[in-house]
Amino acid sequence: MLKYIAKRLLIMAVTLWVIVTLTFILMVTIPGSPLNSERNTNETVQANLEAHYNLDEPYYVQYFLYIKSIVTFDFGPSIKQPNQTVNELLGRGFPISFELGIITIVVALLSGIILGILAALRHNGIIDYLAISLAVLGISIPNFVLATLLIQKLAVDWNILPPATWSSPAHMILPVIALATGPMAIIARLTRSTMLEVLTQDYIKMARAKGLSPWKIVLKHALRNALMPVVTIMGTLLAGILTGTFVIEKIFAIPGMGRYFVESINQRDYPVIMGTTVFYSGFLIFMLFLVDIIYGILDPRIKLHKKGGA
Amino acid sequence: MEPNKMEQSPGTIPDEWFKWKGKDTDAAETVARPSLSYWQDAWRRLVKNKLAMAGLLFLILLTLFAIFGPILSPYEVNKQDLPNQYQPPSSDHWFGTDNAGRDVFTRTWYGARISLFVGLMAALIDLSIGIIYGGLSGYKGGRTDNIMMRIIEVLYGLPYLLVVILLLVVLGPSLTTIIIALTVTGWVGMARIVRGQVLQIKNYEFVLASKSFGTKTPRIIRKNLLPNTMGPIIVQMTLTVPSAIFAEAFLSFLGLGIQAPYASWGVMANDSLGAILSGNWWTLFFPAFFISFTMFAFNVLGDGLQDALDPKLRK
Repeated sequence: MLKYIAKRLLIMAVTLWVIVTLTFILMVTIPGSPLNSERNTNETVQANLEAHYNLDEPYYVQYFLYIKSIVTFDFGPSIKQPNQTVNELLGRGFPISFELGIITIVVALLSGIILGILAALRHNGIIDYLAISLAVLGISIPNFVLATLLIQKLAVDWNILPPATWSSPAHMILPVIALATGPMAIIARLTRSTMLEVLTQDYIKMARAKGLSPWKIVLKHALRNALMPVVTIMGTLLAGILTGTFVIEKIFAIPGMGRYFVESINQRDYPVIMGTTVFYSGFLIFMLFLVDIIYGILDPRIKLHKKGGA
Repeated sequence: MEPNKMEQSPGTIPDEWFKWKGKDTDAAETVARPSLSYWQDAWRRLVKNKLAMAGLLFLILLTLFAIFGPILSPYEVNKQDLPNQYQPPSSDHWFGTDNAGRDVFTRTWYGARISLFVGLMAALIDLSIGIIYGGLSGYKGGRTDNIMMRIIEVLYGLPYLLVVILLLVVLGPSLTTIIIALTVTGWVGMARIVRGQVLQIKNYEFVLASKSFGTKTPRIIRKNLLPNTMGPIIVQMTLTVPSAIFAEAFLSFLGLGIQAPYASWGVMANDSLGAILSGNWWTLFFPAFFISFTMFAFNVLGDGLQDALDPKLRK
């Protein structure tokens, strides 16, 4: 187990280094300096500015300073928003995005798993068909389309729920539905198919022969095994939810990190883009690492044989 | 066959009447059911899957409309006509007009062109890189495979859309950039699948037999390995296309992909964000409907192909 964690840790470090270096290379290869603007600055001012942002140093020094800034978690000032550091923007936006993300994951997991189990237990029944149709629809409708449809129907036409911002639980319902439907559909489909497979196993027949109640069989024996694939795809789902927050926060005007990210892209505010990308990637890569470790703990087989390749 | 062993009873046909004519060799060799190749069999099973066939039909129609749709319409795709802003669907404008008076019907088919082009190109490029990389890795095995797989593991950990966004910011938004950005990390999934398949198939007896005849490696890869990995590869492709289409729409929606005034479903959805609040539903409905249904069609077709191409499900 320790060896497994060490190996994962190493891969995580390399992945982080790749994204950090890629970000740096891209930042350097952007034509023109990030300080070029519409305003005419005289040469002295330009030189001072470049010195301030260390843009006059050779690339390897810049790279070193850049790595240092990431290790010390100091992404420097924003170029377009005066007197704001990237850290301040992250500090303000991240808690809100994190809240949105956590609620979404919990909702998606619970509803997806329940839907999947119901569909598997009523295989080829009405609930099964309903669940499958819902799942395929959920996978097919992009979250930004769903979000706009929800606003139009529930907020504008029927006036049931508030259309934007993030100030009360009622405000959270629409964004969470819009963001959770896709992952929920994927989880439901996966739970259903693995559940169907698990239910044909001998140990389930055994449990049934012992006279256990159907619910006990499902909850104690089948579910544990049926959920393993769900754990495997959690990393991908997290990535999807995280990038999903960009559009959802834009549409619902939620003052989270995703909105700052999108704004910084539209304004070409490079320090903010780079800072948030590195932060997002680091966060996501760390989450993938955690998922891998949890998988290792849950699946006893992983300790027995060496995991080759995949 | 031996008449003397049978007892003769009254009323039955005498044994002498029977004669052994010998084996009918022709009849013995005839196959009762028509023999089906793997592909014929897969097609037969796919046709039975109604949802997948509906998806296929939708995609064929969509392709036809993407090619010929703009010809049917008298309007130009980016022609603004401000007095006719937000016209509801009518016989003049079948899908209505948008915030600049542009014809939504025409724009929808231009959007279809972009979506299908991005999806297919991304899938084809992923396929080419994935087959070469995965095939090499799986076939060589050992140390080469180990190193190549470590590289894949690192790339797999990179957040896909973040890398794409980063590349788009640097390279500037255009159709080519989107396709490049989508394929930079997109091929990894295909490479993993091809490698897994090759790793499994290369140990089968028919490959060994081929090798013992002295077949050269490239021929073995082309003739023995690749045809047998086609099933999972095709399924992976049908799933790559919708995710590429989604990514293009997502990026265009964020203002990073295709730039206005060019028509893409994502751009159209983004343009109509303000419009739905004032009740002009059609500007959002048509792009949203076609994004969702195209993705739906590819997903159900992919599912159907997965079942149809799986040899284990062969009846």
